[in-house]
Amino acid sequence: MPYDSIVCVKQVPDTANVTAEAMKEDGTVNRAALSAIFNPEDLHALETALEVRDAHGGTVTVLTMGPPKAAEVLRECLYRGADRAILLTDRGAAASDTLATSYILSQAIRTVGHYDLVFCGRQAIDGDTAQVGPQIAEKLGVPQITYLERVVDLDENVIQVQRNIGQGWEIVEATLPVLITVIDTANRPRPCAAKKVMRYKRARAMTELAGEVKDDLPEASDKQRQAELERRSRSLQDRGLMIEQWDLKRIGAELERCGIAGSPTKVHRIQAIVLTKEGFTEIPPTEEGVRQLVHELVVDRTWG
Amino acid sequence: MIEPNRQGEVWVFAEQEDGSLHEVVLELCGKARELADQLGVGVGVVLPGRDVQSLAKPLFTHGADRVYLVEDDRLAHYQTGSYCRVMSTLIEKHRPQIVIYGATPLGRDLGPRVASTMRAGLTADCTDLEIQNVTDPRTKVEHENLLLQIRPAFGGNIIATIINYDWWPQMATVREGVMPLKEADTSRDGELVRESVELDESVLALRLIKRHIEPRKVNLKGARVIVAGGGGVGSKDDFELIQHLAGAIGGAVGASRAAVDSGFIGKEHQIGQTGTTVRPALYIAAGISGAVQHRAGMEESAKIVAINTDPDAPIFSVAQYGIVGDVKKIIPMMIKAIKEKQ
Repeated sequence: MPYDSIVCVKQVPDTANVTAEAMKEDGTVNRAALSAIFNPEDLHALETALEVRDAHGGTVTVLTMGPPKAAEVLRECLYRGADRAILLTDRGAAASDTLATSYILSQAIRTVGHYDLVFCGRQAIDGDTAQVGPQIAEKLGVPQITYLERVVDLDENVIQVQRNIGQGWEIVEATLPVLITVIDTANRPRPCAAKKVMRYKRARAMTELAGEVKDDLPEASDKQRQAELERRSRSLQDRGLMIEQWDLKRIGAELERCGIAGSPTKVHRIQAIVLTKEGFTEIPPTEEGVRQLVHELVVDRTWG
Repeated sequence: MIEPNRQGEVWVFAEQEDGSLHEVVLELCGKARELADQLGVGVGVVLPGRDVQSLAKPLFTHGADRVYLVEDDRLAHYQTGSYCRVMSTLIEKHRPQIVIYGATPLGRDLGPRVASTMRAGLTADCTDLEIQNVTDPRTKVEHENLLLQIRPAFGGNIIATIINYDWWPQMATVREGVMPLKEADTSRDGELVRESVELDESVLALRLIKRHIEPRKVNLKGARVIVAGGGGVGSKDDFELIQHLAGAIGGAVGASRAAVDSGFIGKEHQIGQTGTTVRPALYIAAGISGAVQHRAGMEESAKIVAINTDPDAPIFSVAQYGIVGDVKKIIPMMIKAIKEKQ
């Protein structure tokens, strides 16, 4: 039987590849120099959902919350075979902690309507909290299965999942609907399909389109721009290339549960880690140097 | 969410598996004791499971004043729903001011669900916790004795301090191995409080089909000496040099993420933010550039020796001894020198 899946994805700064170019003079990270990428484990979540659809039928809807630029990861989902993409963007969602974020995403998922499975990557590499998946599950009132390594079986609305529990694994069974978080050893995400890239590279969310119209018609009046925006969006709509764009109102979110107001945790202080070149004893790379080092370590009882 | 309760205890969630406590629990008891003494309140530990009463004793000797024992056959195996019900029921009943969990796979599964149920805050993967008065910059209100939740963020490139003014309890998961395990005080005792929590079908949604626990083969946390290799070692064959050196000095073998990702060695050897955090007496970093993610897991080591061909590699910034050179040449020299000493 077919299953409808929703996959939550996030665009993140590439924190894993902080190169020399991304370091500032004072040894801190220049965030603007980091590229924005598809959160790695979310790709594995997407792949799991696509595999379920390939095997059983149904649909895959992808959902992201973020600034307009986050539509980039939605296009990447479409290139890989997602059926429907939704951009949730609203200034009122900015600065949300995991509790507020999961509330907003759960409202968006309810707005999508029917679902059997919700997939998330275990964690995003900018925060590494792994909290949003479980918290969405709680808000939706569905069971959570974290750290999926593989789907063992899916039949008649019952799923069996092998999950990684750190020191080993376990297989658990649950009746759908259920939320699952996926780890990076679960599968190999498929590459983008060339035909789909050709088709969906023009897909845009309304906010992106508005930005493009503004860039293309710098001299035009607001009215002219509006007319052009409507023309372009109709044209994309006709070809099925409009990425749906929702705001907090659209998903019926209570504003006091979103953004800063809805976040119990506050950032009190941020300290950049500064790479200082403190003095270290340089040992010459020679037999004599190494012998001297070993001698010193034995003398000060570091070992021996 | 509960209202701020300045008389509330400091709580630890006691993770156990088949009747044995996870190591991190006793580390947390020591930290909870410290925080509670500063606040002038008691330490409570919540211990759910089946036939786990015997685990209360080590909790007392490591700092607990009260152990809330919740025994039920249906709690024999962890599942999110039932354990979340236990925690949230007891939190509402006793109103602790702080609740800490180990940042283990289990703790990171449970903590967020409890936080969402309670509509409380939760800070993941803390590496330190402190008590301090904090003035809210927006309202100018001074909050006494808040929990400062300190954690690396942004891939380990920054250290963030998180606080929670009033959506209590203040909750955090704490990484394994970062709080020193204090010695047991065998003269200490405490009060065992039996609790029963109602469990219905809705919180027992998962059926356990099969479980496989692998014996811990790698004991990185307990090692006095660790020899760790990185991508700079070059190949899986050359990585054997790391193993030889570790063998020569009786140390454990560690690895950076680059080495694990390149397939030089298994993930259980990984040290760093996504692997194990270690603080051995001696850490030899061979062919490891020293990305912040790696340094976060080893910079507390008492002594660090770094070997790298790149004199500007960040690993040298945390090292006491540095050798600019090729691992493949230096390590055989080290093995030779060690053999001479013995």
